[in-house]
Amino acid sequence: MIAADVPLWAALPAAALLICGGLLTLVGSLGLLRLDSFFARIHAPTMGGTLGAGCVLMASMLVSTALAQRPVFHELLITLFILITAPVTTMLLMRAAVSRQRN
Amino acid sequence: MKRPLLLPLLPVVLALVWLLLNDSLSVGHLLLGIAFALLVTVAVRPLRPLPAWPRRLHLAIGLIWHVFVDIVRSNLGVGRVILGATRRQPTVGFVRIPLQLSDPHGLAMLSIIITGTPGTVWAGHDPADNILTLHVLDLQDEEAWVRTIKDRYERPLMEIFE
Repeated sequence: MIAADVPLWAALPAAALLICGGLLTLVGSLGLLRLDSFFARIHAPTMGGTLGAGCVLMASMLVSTALAQRPVFHELLITLFILITAPVTTMLLMRAAVSRQRN
Repeated sequence: MKRPLLLPLLPVVLALVWLLLNDSLSVGHLLLGIAFALLVTVAVRPLRPLPAWPRRLHLAIGLIWHVFVDIVRSNLGVGRVILGATRRQPTVGFVRIPLQLSDPHGLAMLSIIITGTPGTVWAGHDPADNILTLHVLDLQDEEAWVRTIKDRYERPLMEIFE
């Protein structure tokens, strides 16, 4: 795949989405550095996992659709799998922290 | 208990996932997908004693839209909190919310919605008195969170699953 093959109508919004997704994920990761307690930090990486990943996946859908010249929805599956797996680890960490605090 | 004539959720979702995965709507994949979905459903039956029978699945469309809007909004909210953290650290806190929803699939969905939205994490649920403990990144108004969870998520989930 050569970048020049992607038509402009798909390339521009895809680039904007990639920048947005990157920025959101960056801010989410920054949160790990700037927030001072575990209970505050646990919320920060969710940004990259939701809208950050979502923006990248939407960009991917746009570019694949433009290149294949038909709608491509593969990425919806990645969204689904991220949405049902990411909260499990977060909840596990949270439960561990809560029971550690109690003891 | 009388069940409305609806397909159980698991095989339908599995068949759809198969079609998406192969990116094809051909008859062969359709049949193969349905066969796999039924096989897996039968195979996991001993692991899942409660099949999900959503009563009013069409209501899920509105709920998904609400969740999408809330995810976008709370991403911006959490971003603002992080960027302002040098001046003011957020006031984290727990909120206890009594629930009416008791369907296990509904509770699982609620936990995914809450934890998947930045800024809130499901911190525990007491099955004895059905009280949810919610952890909030920047707790300003406890009442508002109780209202949001109950009106925006719990009510539609109860309508879908119960």
